[in-house]
Amino acid sequence: MSMDLDMSQFVAIFVEEAHEHLANMEAQLVALSVEQASPAQFNEIFRAAHSIKGGSATFGLSDVTGIAHELESLLDRLRNSQLSLTAEMVDALLKSRDLIAQMVAAFEGKGSVDQAEVMQTCEWLKRLAGNTATPPASAPQIKGEGREFGFFENAPAAPPAPSLPGEGEKFGFFENAPAAPKPANAPAPAPAAAHGTVGFESSSIRVGVEKVDQIINLVGELVITQAMLAQMAQSTDMALQERLALSLAQLDRNTRDLQEAAMSIRMMPISAVFNRFPRVVRDLASRLGKQVELRLVGEGTELDKGLIEKITDPLTHLVRNSLDHGIEPPEERIKAGKSAQGVITLSASHQGGNIVIEVRDDGRGLNRERILAKARERGLPVPENPRDEEVWALIFEAGFSTAEQVTDVSGRGVGMDVVRSNILSMGGRVEIASQAQRGTTMTVRLPLTLAILDGMSVGCGDETFILPLGTIVESLRPAQDAVKTITGRGRVVPIRGEYLPVISLAAVMNIPACAKAEHEGILVIMETGQRQVALFVDALLGQHQVVIKSLETNYRKVPGISGATIMGDGRVALILDIASITRMGLAAAAAETAHA
Amino acid sequence: MSKIILTVDDSPSIRQMVAMTLKMGGYEVIEAVDGVDGVDKAMHNEIDLIITDQNMPNMDGLTLTRELRGTDRHARTPIMMLTTESSAEMKAQGKAAGLTGWMVKPFHPQTLLAVIDKLLP
Repeated sequence: MSMDLDMSQFVAIFVEEAHEHLANMEAQLVALSVEQASPAQFNEIFRAAHSIKGGSATFGLSDVTGIAHELESLLDRLRNSQLSLTAEMVDALLKSRDLIAQMVAAFEGKGSVDQAEVMQTCEWLKRLAGNTATPPASAPQIKGEGREFGFFENAPAAPPAPSLPGEGEKFGFFENAPAAPKPANAPAPAPAAAHGTVGFESSSIRVGVEKVDQIINLVGELVITQAMLAQMAQSTDMALQERLALSLAQLDRNTRDLQEAAMSIRMMPISAVFNRFPRVVRDLASRLGKQVELRLVGEGTELDKGLIEKITDPLTHLVRNSLDHGIEPPEERIKAGKSAQGVITLSASHQGGNIVIEVRDDGRGLNRERILAKARERGLPVPENPRDEEVWALIFEAGFSTAEQVTDVSGRGVGMDVVRSNILSMGGRVEIASQAQRGTTMTVRLPLTLAILDGMSVGCGDETFILPLGTIVESLRPAQDAVKTITGRGRVVPIRGEYLPVISLAAVMNIPACAKAEHEGILVIMETGQRQVALFVDALLGQHQVVIKSLETNYRKVPGISGATIMGDGRVALILDIASITRMGLAAAAAETAHA
Repeated sequence: MSKIILTVDDSPSIRQMVAMTLKMGGYEVIEAVDGVDGVDKAMHNEIDLIITDQNMPNMDGLTLTRELRGTDRHARTPIMMLTTESSAEMKAQGKAAGLTGWMVKPFHPQTLLAVIDKLLP
């Protein structure tokens, strides 16, 4: 019988498990309050640490065992109320959790672990645990005990005593024979070879069984409908036409449901991102000497896994920014008549086809004058008599946050401009609302998924283009003389007292349009970042949900185009990247009218 | 007819490894995810031997052992604990709870099978 158990198949499961336990440990540790921690909480943390230790030993992460052991000793004393929790203990526990996380990451081939740090932390834990070993309970008599297993004498179902003496050699076999297992504290042999062959990156996702079942059911439905249609199509009976149309409608419904169900597999609750913030806030607040409570709202809100991965960094930056610049130090808050402890609320919700994430603080609010002064100092274009929103938007401009503002907290050289461009690249938007002394709210709006877009199809010449619905403010047909030409700015149209630049899609795309003048076509007012523009097209065709196909994978990157889709009639329509269309259009207009 | 073994562990990786090992040894395997599930499955299946973890949510391995020892059905069924702890204290508790024996994690497939074979001749 071959005993070459293929460990690799379990390694990926173990790593995923370890990450879950580590995340759980972190959440529990951060939630610990020094004044009122309960044995149940310690027990929960203990169990997570213990599970990691068990798995680690099995899969050959021998270095985890040592530190996990010290971690357990301390937690064991805490849960048995032999010690009372101190802030230092929480720090030490978190530190060791981090080291274990690093070890697991190193096991996956990501990064390495500083052994000196591990030693130090082990010593730290030992010191905190008090090192006063509890006297071991008197050991029961054990027969046939090896290093790896044992039977209890007189225990139910234990092998009868007479068979034991002869087995002394067999126990020896376990320890010394060539094929024998290694002693308990040595790494198991297999994973070293196995690991590396398994991709346990984030290429896999865990999906609720009910979602898969739903898809299987829907596929079943689809097959049935398809069979019905096939049968009907064989008949030439005209009376069947009506039923055929009915079946087609059903197929349409099934297909749509199936698409939705398939999409939902990619959906994950945003708690996957939110869960990291208690730790971030705790660490940062203590470093800055601030008192902050973090409130999480709507953690169950689901969004696309791709978005979850991409939103983590920008959101971290926004939270750090709120803590660093928004929340005041306790003295300042008390002076302002607020409680010493500030509150940061992180909330997520679905609004229409969007997911809205808010980072709200009750801090000092943004300072209009300071931002304006700084923007001018940096040479950023500042509108005259800007509205508050326009002022706030300045902090997202490239070059606004520079070395002076980039404390070791908010910055690792990443400014708010990167946050905004990251969010824009996800098809989202970020807005700021702020009131002096009341606080600041940063609102991030994202599409639910990266794969499907709510779009408006527009016609231009013989071509069909898709505009992301979220960027459309309104569309209108202008009066004959409403659109004017201004030197250096090109064509402009007055919309509610503001002159918006008119960008001709036909001109940007270099195709012949049907509508020769604006009043023969349609102006679609679009929002890009913080400015509005009017896109001049021939006609609005309709609203669709389109499946985004990457142009880069199938063709190459084209300026002004973010992707393509296949329309119901089989034709390909290009999806416009409004921000870059705007840039192209404005540049062309400026160049053209400057010459005129 | 092959013997049926119940493996109780909250960790899917360990549980599947135990199950795989046992299946390779020619046993049939039933899996349970914690003590409560373990007791339930032990009472509703023909189980010849139980391998359990200690630290699990809802009910730990020692409690599971005590619960099952209190039943007619499993008063004498072999129950082995697969555990990272092999302290004297744990052994004392294990014996008192009615465990048949213990095995440390990490286990080697061969050792596990040898021990099981000894208990299920």
